[in-house]
Amino acid sequence: MYQTKYHRASSVDEAVSLFGKSSEAKFLAGGQTLLPVMKQRLASPSDVIDLGKIKELQGVELSGDTLTIKAGTIYYDIMTNADVKKAIPAIAHLTSVLGDPAVRYRGTIGGSIANNDPAADFPAALLALGATVKTNKRSIAAEDFFQGLFSTALEDGEIITAVSFPVPAKAGYEKMRHPASRFALTGVFVAQTKSGEVRVAATGASQSGVMRVPAIEAALKANWSPSAIDSVTISANGLLADIHGTAEYRANLIKVMAQRAVAAAG
Amino acid sequence: MSTVKLTVNGKAVAVDVEDRTLLVQLLRDHLNLTGTHVGCDTSQCGACVVHMDGRAVKSCTMLAGQADGASITTIEGIAKGDELHPMQAAFRDNHGLQCGYCTPGMIMSAIDIVHRHGGQLDEATVRTELEGNICRCTGYHNIVKAVLDAAGRMKVSQAAE
Repeated sequence: MYQTKYHRASSVDEAVSLFGKSSEAKFLAGGQTLLPVMKQRLASPSDVIDLGKIKELQGVELSGDTLTIKAGTIYYDIMTNADVKKAIPAIAHLTSVLGDPAVRYRGTIGGSIANNDPAADFPAALLALGATVKTNKRSIAAEDFFQGLFSTALEDGEIITAVSFPVPAKAGYEKMRHPASRFALTGVFVAQTKSGEVRVAATGASQSGVMRVPAIEAALKANWSPSAIDSVTISANGLLADIHGTAEYRANLIKVMAQRAVAAAG
Repeated sequence: MSTVKLTVNGKAVAVDVEDRTLLVQLLRDHLNLTGTHVGCDTSQCGACVVHMDGRAVKSCTMLAGQADGASITTIEGIAKGDELHPMQAAFRDNHGLQCGYCTPGMIMSAIDIVHRHGGQLDEATVRTELEGNICRCTGYHNIVKAVLDAAGRMKVSQAAE
Protein backbone atom coordinates (compact mmCIF):
# COMPACT_ATOMS: atom_id res chain seq x y z
CA MET A 1 0.00 0.00 0.00
CA TYR A 2 1.22 3.49 -0.83
CA GLN A 3 1.43 6.13 1.86
CA THR A 4 -1.86 7.71 2.82
CA LYS A 5 -3.28 9.85 5.58
CA TYR A 6 -6.03 8.33 7.74
CA HIS A 7 -8.84 10.47 9.18
CA ARG A 8 -11.77 9.37 11.29
CA ALA A 9 -14.86 11.53 10.77
CA SER A 10 -17.45 11.81 13.52
CA SER A 11 -20.19 13.34 11.35
CA VAL A 12 -21.14 13.56 7.68
CA ASP A 13 -20.38 17.29 7.73
CA GLU A 14 -16.92 16.66 9.12
CA ALA A 15 -16.28 13.99 6.46
CA VAL A 16 -17.29 16.39 3.68
CA SER A 17 -15.07 19.11 5.12
CA LEU A 18 -12.08 16.73 5.38
CA PHE A 19 -12.68 15.67 1.77
CA GLY A 20 -12.58 19.31 0.66
CA LYS A 21 -9.22 19.84 2.34
CA SER A 22 -7.56 16.81 0.70
CA SER A 23 -6.12 16.52 -2.77
CA GLU A 24 -7.29 13.03 -3.72
CA ALA A 25 -9.30 11.61 -0.86
CA LYS A 26 -11.43 8.49 -0.71
CA PHE A 27 -14.19 7.76 1.75
CA LEU A 28 -13.66 4.52 3.67
CA ALA A 29 -16.81 2.65 4.71
CA GLY A 30 -16.27 -1.01 5.68
CA GLY A 31 -13.11 -1.15 3.58
CA GLN A 32 -13.71 -4.68 2.30
CA THR A 33 -13.09 -3.54 -1.28
CA LEU A 34 -11.18 -0.28 -0.96
CA LEU A 35 -8.44 -1.68 1.28
CA PRO A 36 -7.70 -4.74 -0.90
CA VAL A 37 -7.56 -2.41 -3.92
CA MET A 38 -5.18 -0.08 -2.08
CA LYS A 39 -3.03 -3.05 -1.04
CA GLN A 40 -2.70 -4.03 -4.69
CA ARG A 41 -1.69 -0.41 -5.41
CA LEU A 42 -4.58 -0.07 -7.84
CA ALA A 43 -5.76 2.91 -5.79
CA SER A 44 -3.55 5.43 -4.02
CA PRO A 45 -5.70 8.05 -2.30
CA SER A 46 -3.78 10.85 -0.58
CA ASP A 47 -6.24 10.61 2.31
CA VAL A 48 -8.78 8.07 3.51
CA ILE A 49 -11.72 9.45 5.45
CA ASP A 50 -13.23 6.78 7.67
CA LEU A 51 -17.04 6.92 7.85
CA GLY A 52 -17.24 3.85 10.08
CA LYS A 53 -17.87 5.65 13.37
CA ILE A 54 -20.51 8.12 12.17
CA LYS A 55 -23.60 7.43 14.28
CA GLU A 56 -26.05 9.15 11.93
CA LEU A 57 -25.12 6.59 9.24
CA GLN A 58 -26.12 3.60 11.37
CA GLY A 59 -29.41 1.79 11.68
CA VAL A 60 -32.59 0.51 10.03
CA GLU A 61 -36.04 2.10 10.10
CA LEU A 62 -39.36 0.67 8.96
CA SER A 63 -42.02 3.31 8.48
CA GLY A 64 -45.25 2.30 6.78
CA ASP A 65 -44.30 0.84 3.41
CA THR A 66 -40.73 2.12 3.39
CA LEU A 67 -37.70 0.30 4.74
CA THR A 68 -34.74 2.63 5.19
CA ILE A 69 -31.26 1.23 5.74
CA LYS A 70 -28.67 3.82 6.72
CA ALA A 71 -25.57 3.68 4.54
CA GLY A 72 -23.08 2.66 7.22
CA THR A 73 -25.08 -0.34 8.43
CA ILE A 74 -22.96 -3.49 8.20
CA TYR A 75 -24.23 -6.57 6.40
CA TYR A 76 -24.45 -8.60 9.60
CA ASP A 77 -26.75 -6.02 11.19
CA ILE A 78 -28.93 -5.96 8.05
CA MET A 79 -29.09 -9.76 7.91
CA THR A 80 -30.18 -10.06 11.55
CA ASN A 81 -32.46 -7.01 11.74
CA ALA A 82 -36.07 -7.86 12.67
CA ASP A 83 -37.59 -5.12 10.49
CA VAL A 84 -35.59 -6.23 7.44
CA LYS A 85 -36.62 -9.86 7.97
CA LYS A 86 -40.26 -8.84 8.36
CA ALA A 87 -40.55 -6.24 5.57
CA ILE A 88 -38.20 -7.53 2.87
CA PRO A 89 -36.83 -10.99 3.83
CA ALA A 90 -35.18 -11.21 0.39
CA ILE A 91 -32.75 -8.49 1.50
CA ALA A 92 -31.89 -10.43 4.66
CA HIS A 93 -31.29 -13.49 2.47
CA LEU A 94 -29.17 -11.53 -0.02
CA THR A 95 -27.02 -10.28 2.85
CA SER A 96 -26.61 -13.80 4.22
CA VAL A 97 -25.03 -15.03 0.96
CA LEU A 98 -22.82 -11.98 0.50
CA GLY A 99 -19.11 -12.51 1.20
CA ASP A 100 -18.30 -14.53 4.30
CA PRO A 101 -18.98 -13.95 8.01
CA ALA A 102 -15.89 -11.78 8.55
CA VAL A 103 -16.73 -9.61 5.53
CA ARG A 104 -20.31 -9.27 6.76
CA TYR A 105 -19.07 -7.81 10.05
CA ARG A 106 -17.30 -4.98 8.22
CA GLY A 107 -18.87 -4.35 4.81
CA THR A 108 -21.72 -1.84 4.47
CA ILE A 109 -24.61 -1.31 2.07
CA GLY A 110 -23.39 2.21 1.30
CA GLY A 111 -19.90 0.98 0.49
CA SER A 112 -21.25 -1.74 -1.79
CA ILE A 113 -23.40 0.53 -3.92
CA ALA A 114 -20.86 3.38 -4.03
CA ASN A 115 -18.33 0.92 -5.42
CA ASN A 116 -20.89 -0.58 -7.85
CA ASP A 117 -18.92 -3.70 -8.63
CA PRO A 118 -20.60 -5.35 -11.65
CA ALA A 119 -20.88 -8.60 -9.64
CA ALA A 120 -22.00 -7.10 -6.32
CA ASP A 121 -25.34 -8.18 -4.84
CA PHE A 122 -26.94 -5.01 -3.49
CA PRO A 123 -27.17 -3.12 -6.82
CA ALA A 124 -29.60 -5.82 -8.03
CA ALA A 125 -31.81 -5.36 -4.96
CA LEU A 126 -31.92 -1.59 -5.36
CA LEU A 127 -32.73 -1.74 -9.05
CA ALA A 128 -35.39 -4.45 -8.76
CA LEU A 129 -37.10 -2.87 -5.75
CA GLY A 130 -37.00 0.65 -7.21
CA ALA A 131 -35.06 1.98 -4.24
CA THR A 132 -33.98 5.55 -3.66
CA VAL A 133 -30.41 6.44 -2.73
CA LYS A 134 -30.21 9.33 -0.23
CA THR A 135 -27.05 11.39 -0.11
CA ASN A 136 -25.98 14.43 1.88
CA LYS A 137 -27.13 16.49 -1.13
CA ARG A 138 -30.11 14.80 -2.78
CA SER A 139 -32.21 11.73 -3.51
CA ILE A 140 -31.34 9.60 -6.54
CA ALA A 141 -33.50 6.83 -8.05
CA ALA A 142 -31.63 3.50 -8.31
CA GLU A 143 -32.29 3.65 -12.07
CA ASP A 144 -30.19 6.82 -12.34
CA PHE A 145 -27.68 5.95 -9.62
CA PHE A 146 -25.92 2.99 -11.25
CA GLN A 147 -24.03 4.07 -14.36
CA GLY A 148 -22.00 1.11 -15.57
CA LEU A 149 -18.93 -0.65 -14.21
CA PHE A 150 -17.76 0.85 -10.91
CA SER A 151 -19.50 4.08 -11.87
CA THR A 152 -22.35 5.91 -10.12
CA ALA A 153 -24.13 9.27 -10.15
CA LEU A 154 -22.19 10.32 -7.03
CA GLU A 155 -20.21 13.54 -7.34
CA ASP A 156 -16.86 14.19 -5.69
CA GLY A 157 -17.31 14.56 -1.97
CA GLU A 158 -20.92 13.35 -2.02
CA ILE A 159 -21.77 10.80 0.68
CA ILE A 160 -24.55 8.22 0.60
CA THR A 161 -26.50 8.51 3.84
CA ALA A 162 -29.24 5.89 3.38
CA VAL A 163 -31.15 3.67 0.98
CA SER A 164 -34.96 3.62 1.04
CA PHE A 165 -36.77 0.55 -0.26
CA PRO A 166 -40.50 0.47 -0.98
CA VAL A 167 -41.77 -2.70 0.69
CA PRO A 168 -42.80 -5.06 -2.15
CA ALA A 169 -45.64 -7.59 -2.29
CA LYS A 170 -43.12 -10.33 -3.10
CA ALA A 171 -39.38 -10.47 -3.64
CA GLY A 172 -36.64 -13.04 -3.99
CA TYR A 173 -32.91 -13.17 -4.72
CA GLU A 174 -30.80 -16.09 -5.85
CA LYS A 175 -27.27 -16.22 -7.16
CA MET A 176 -24.64 -18.58 -8.44
CA ARG A 177 -21.72 -17.77 -6.17
CA HIS A 178 -18.18 -17.62 -7.36
CA PRO A 179 -16.65 -20.19 -4.99
CA ALA A 180 -13.52 -18.18 -4.15
CA SER A 181 -14.61 -14.54 -4.21
CA ARG A 182 -18.24 -15.27 -3.31
CA PHE A 183 -19.34 -12.50 -5.65
CA ALA A 184 -22.25 -13.30 -7.97
CA LEU A 185 -21.25 -15.19 -11.09
CA THR A 186 -24.79 -14.12 -11.87
CA GLY A 187 -27.49 -13.11 -9.41
CA VAL A 188 -31.10 -12.19 -10.05
CA PHE A 189 -33.45 -10.18 -7.83
CA VAL A 190 -37.16 -10.41 -8.66
CA ALA A 191 -39.82 -8.16 -7.16
CA GLN A 192 -43.53 -7.64 -7.46
CA THR A 193 -44.55 -4.23 -6.15
CA LYS A 194 -47.73 -3.67 -4.19
CA SER A 195 -49.23 -2.03 -7.28
CA GLY A 196 -48.56 -5.20 -9.31
CA GLU A 197 -45.53 -4.03 -11.27
CA VAL A 198 -42.85 -6.67 -11.83
CA ARG A 199 -39.20 -5.66 -11.77
CA VAL A 200 -36.25 -7.99 -12.34
CA ALA A 201 -32.57 -7.06 -12.07
CA ALA A 202 -29.47 -9.14 -12.80
CA THR A 203 -25.97 -8.62 -11.45
CA GLY A 204 -22.71 -10.27 -12.47
CA ALA A 205 -24.04 -10.78 -15.98
CA SER A 206 -23.76 -7.66 -18.09
CA GLN A 207 -20.65 -5.88 -19.34
CA SER A 208 -22.38 -2.65 -18.29
CA GLY A 209 -23.05 -3.68 -14.71
CA VAL A 210 -26.39 -4.28 -13.04
CA MET A 211 -29.33 -4.37 -15.49
CA ARG A 212 -33.08 -4.86 -15.72
CA VAL A 213 -34.31 -7.94 -17.60
CA PRO A 214 -37.43 -6.82 -19.52
CA ALA A 215 -38.15 -10.21 -21.11
CA ILE A 216 -38.41 -11.91 -17.73
CA GLU A 217 -40.40 -9.01 -16.31
CA ALA A 218 -42.97 -9.41 -19.10
CA ALA A 219 -43.22 -13.17 -18.57
CA LEU A 220 -43.67 -12.79 -14.81
CA LYS A 221 -46.17 -9.98 -15.23
CA ALA A 222 -48.36 -12.39 -17.21
CA ASN A 223 -47.79 -15.31 -14.84
CA TRP A 224 -45.81 -15.07 -11.59
CA SER A 225 -44.29 -18.55 -11.55
CA PRO A 226 -40.92 -20.14 -12.28
CA SER A 227 -42.35 -22.01 -15.28
CA ALA A 228 -43.36 -18.72 -16.91
CA ILE A 229 -39.66 -18.12 -17.56
CA ASP A 230 -39.13 -21.47 -19.35
CA SER A 231 -39.86 -20.05 -22.79
CA VAL A 232 -37.95 -16.78 -22.34
CA THR A 233 -34.81 -16.36 -24.45
CA ILE A 234 -31.99 -14.23 -23.05
CA SER A 235 -29.47 -12.94 -25.56
CA ALA A 236 -25.78 -13.39 -24.75
CA ASN A 237 -25.02 -10.08 -26.46
CA GLY A 238 -23.27 -7.67 -24.11
CA LEU A 239 -22.89 -10.24 -21.34
CA LEU A 240 -19.65 -10.84 -19.48
CA ALA A 241 -17.40 -13.68 -20.56
CA ASP A 242 -14.34 -14.83 -18.61
CA ILE A 243 -12.63 -18.00 -17.41
CA HIS A 244 -15.49 -18.61 -14.98
CA GLY A 245 -18.26 -18.63 -17.58
CA THR A 246 -19.08 -17.73 -21.16
CA ALA A 247 -21.66 -15.12 -22.10
CA GLU A 248 -24.02 -17.94 -23.15
CA TYR A 249 -23.59 -19.62 -19.76
CA ARG A 250 -24.42 -16.36 -17.98
CA ALA A 251 -27.46 -15.83 -20.23
CA ASN A 252 -28.73 -19.20 -19.08
CA LEU A 253 -27.88 -18.40 -15.47
CA ILE A 254 -30.09 -15.31 -15.65
CA LYS A 255 -33.04 -17.56 -16.43
CA VAL A 256 -32.22 -20.20 -13.86
CA MET A 257 -31.49 -17.73 -11.06
CA ALA A 258 -34.69 -15.82 -11.90
CA GLN A 259 -36.68 -19.05 -11.64
CA ARG A 260 -35.13 -19.91 -8.30
CA ALA A 261 -35.73 -16.35 -7.05
CA VAL A 262 -39.41 -16.52 -8.01
CA ALA A 263 -39.70 -19.88 -6.26
CA ALA A 264 -38.07 -18.37 -3.16
CA ALA A 265 -40.35 -15.33 -3.29
CA GLY A 266 -43.42 -17.56 -3.30
CA MET B 1 2.48 8.65 11.69
CA SER B 2 -0.32 8.33 14.19
CA THR B 3 -0.64 6.84 17.63
CA VAL B 4 -3.14 4.02 17.74
CA LYS B 5 -4.49 3.17 21.18
CA LEU B 6 -6.24 -0.12 21.63
CA THR B 7 -6.60 -3.06 23.98
CA VAL B 8 -4.91 -6.25 22.84
CA ASN B 9 -5.60 -9.44 24.77
CA GLY B 10 -6.72 -7.42 27.75
CA LYS B 11 -3.70 -5.12 27.83
CA ALA B 12 -3.90 -1.42 26.88
CA VAL B 13 -1.29 -0.50 24.26
CA ALA B 14 -0.37 2.65 22.34
CA VAL B 15 1.58 2.15 19.12
CA ASP B 16 3.05 4.71 16.73
CA VAL B 17 2.46 3.52 13.19
CA GLU B 18 2.31 4.85 9.65
CA ASP B 19 -1.28 5.56 8.64
CA ARG B 20 -1.13 2.87 5.97
CA THR B 21 -0.37 0.16 8.55
CA LEU B 22 -2.81 -2.72 8.58
CA LEU B 23 -4.11 -4.11 11.85
CA VAL B 24 -2.34 -7.41 11.17
CA GLN B 25 0.97 -5.56 10.71
CA LEU B 26 0.47 -3.72 13.99
CA LEU B 27 -0.12 -7.03 15.75
CA ARG B 28 2.72 -8.97 14.12
CA ASP B 29 5.40 -6.37 13.46
CA HIS B 30 4.88 -3.93 16.31
CA LEU B 31 3.57 -6.17 19.10
CA ASN B 32 5.33 -9.37 17.99
CA LEU B 33 2.07 -11.30 18.18
CA THR B 34 2.93 -13.55 15.26
CA GLY B 35 0.23 -16.11 15.95
CA THR B 36 -2.05 -14.15 13.62
CA HIS B 37 -1.03 -15.16 10.10
CA VAL B 38 -1.08 -13.53 6.69
CA GLY B 39 -2.09 -16.11 4.13
CA CYS B 40 -3.45 -14.70 0.90
CA ASP B 41 -3.24 -10.97 1.60
CA THR B 42 -6.27 -10.59 -0.68
CA SER B 43 -8.98 -10.84 1.99
CA GLN B 44 -10.06 -14.33 1.02
CA CYS B 45 -8.28 -16.90 3.21
CA GLY B 46 -9.08 -15.88 6.79
CA ALA B 47 -5.67 -16.80 8.30
CA CYS B 48 -5.56 -13.28 9.77
CA VAL B 49 -8.90 -13.41 11.61
CA VAL B 50 -8.91 -11.82 15.07
CA HIS B 51 -11.75 -10.64 17.29
CA MET B 52 -12.50 -6.95 17.40
CA ASP B 53 -14.95 -6.11 20.17
CA GLY B 54 -15.95 -9.77 20.14
CA ARG B 55 -16.49 -10.15 16.39
CA ALA B 56 -14.30 -12.16 14.02
CA VAL B 57 -12.79 -9.81 11.41
CA LYS B 58 -9.95 -10.01 8.90
CA SER B 59 -7.06 -8.04 10.36
CA CYS B 60 -5.43 -7.80 6.92
CA THR B 61 -8.44 -5.86 5.65
CA MET B 62 -8.47 -3.12 8.27
CA LEU B 63 -6.20 -0.18 8.84
CA ALA B 64 -4.71 -0.09 12.32
CA GLY B 65 -6.33 3.33 12.74
CA GLN B 66 -9.78 1.81 12.28
CA ALA B 67 -9.14 -0.30 15.38
CA ASP B 68 -8.30 2.74 17.51
CA GLY B 69 -10.26 2.43 20.76
CA ALA B 70 -11.24 -1.18 20.08
CA SER B 71 -10.57 -4.33 22.05
CA ILE B 72 -8.70 -6.94 20.03
CA THR B 73 -8.30 -10.60 20.93
CA THR B 74 -5.78 -12.72 19.05
CA ILE B 75 -5.01 -16.44 19.15
CA GLU B 76 -2.45 -15.66 21.90
CA GLY B 77 -5.20 -14.27 24.11
CA ILE B 78 -7.74 -17.07 24.37
CA ALA B 79 -6.07 -19.69 26.60
CA LYS B 80 -6.26 -19.29 30.36
CA GLY B 81 -2.62 -19.68 31.30
CA ASP B 82 -1.72 -23.30 30.57
CA GLU B 83 -5.32 -24.28 29.98
CA LEU B 84 -6.22 -24.23 26.31
CA HIS B 85 -9.44 -22.60 25.16
CA PRO B 86 -12.04 -25.36 24.52
CA MET B 87 -11.78 -24.63 20.79
CA GLN B 88 -7.98 -25.08 20.87
CA ALA B 89 -8.35 -28.28 22.88
CA ALA B 90 -10.93 -29.63 20.43
CA PHE B 91 -8.66 -28.85 17.45
CA ARG B 92 -5.86 -30.79 19.15
CA ASP B 93 -8.04 -33.74 20.16
CA ASN B 94 -9.67 -34.06 16.74
CA HIS B 95 -6.47 -33.57 14.77
CA GLY B 96 -8.05 -30.42 13.35
CA LEU B 97 -4.81 -29.17 11.87
CA GLN B 98 -2.19 -30.41 9.47
CA CYS B 99 0.41 -27.76 8.62
CA GLY B 100 -1.24 -25.37 11.10
CA TYR B 101 -1.00 -22.25 8.98
CA CYS B 102 -4.74 -21.59 8.80
CA THR B 103 -5.37 -22.74 12.38
CA PRO B 104 -5.26 -19.41 14.25
CA GLY B 105 -7.81 -17.90 11.85
CA MET B 106 -9.91 -21.06 11.89
CA ILE B 107 -10.04 -21.04 15.68
CA MET B 108 -10.91 -17.35 15.96
CA SER B 109 -13.66 -17.71 13.33
CA ALA B 110 -14.93 -20.91 14.94
CA ILE B 111 -15.28 -19.31 18.37
CA ASP B 112 -17.36 -16.55 16.78
CA ILE B 113 -19.51 -19.15 15.01
CA VAL B 114 -20.23 -20.94 18.28
CA HIS B 115 -21.04 -17.64 20.00
CA ARG B 116 -23.51 -16.74 17.25
CA HIS B 117 -25.21 -20.11 16.93
CA GLY B 118 -24.91 -21.45 20.46
CA GLY B 119 -26.17 -25.02 20.69
CA GLN B 120 -27.76 -25.03 17.23
CA LEU B 121 -24.67 -25.98 15.28
CA ASP B 122 -24.71 -28.82 12.80
CA GLU B 123 -22.19 -29.94 10.23
CA ALA B 124 -23.77 -28.06 7.33
CA THR B 125 -23.86 -24.81 9.31
CA VAL B 126 -20.21 -25.15 10.32
CA ARG B 127 -19.15 -25.79 6.72
CA THR B 128 -21.12 -22.79 5.44
CA GLU B 129 -19.90 -20.50 8.19
CA LEU B 130 -16.26 -21.46 7.62
CA GLU B 131 -16.44 -20.28 4.00
CA GLY B 132 -14.15 -17.37 4.76
CA ASN B 133 -11.37 -19.60 6.09
CA ILE B 134 -9.32 -21.61 3.64
CA CYS B 135 -7.24 -24.64 4.62
CA ARG B 136 -4.68 -25.29 1.91
CA CYS B 137 -4.11 -28.81 3.26
CA THR B 138 -7.85 -29.28 2.66
CA GLY B 139 -8.16 -30.73 6.14
CA TYR B 140 -11.73 -29.59 6.57
CA HIS B 141 -13.16 -32.86 7.78
CA ASN B 142 -11.38 -32.80 11.12
CA ILE B 143 -11.73 -29.03 11.44
CA VAL B 144 -15.50 -29.38 11.22
CA LYS B 145 -15.41 -32.24 13.75
CA ALA B 146 -13.34 -30.06 16.09
CA VAL B 147 -15.74 -27.13 15.87
CA LEU B 148 -18.74 -29.34 16.60
CA ASP B 149 -16.89 -30.94 19.52
CA ALA B 150 -15.90 -27.51 20.88
CA ALA B 151 -19.46 -26.20 20.56
CA GLY B 152 -20.50 -28.87 23.06
CA ARG B 153 -17.58 -28.15 25.38
CA MET B 154 -18.17 -24.38 25.26
CA LYS B 155 -21.83 -24.88 26.11
CA VAL B 156 -20.85 -26.99 29.12
CA SER B 157 -18.24 -24.50 30.31
CA GLN B 158 -20.69 -21.60 29.90
CA ALA B 159 -23.31 -23.48 31.88
CA ALA B 160 -20.76 -24.08 34.64
CA GLU B 161 -19.90 -20.39 34.94
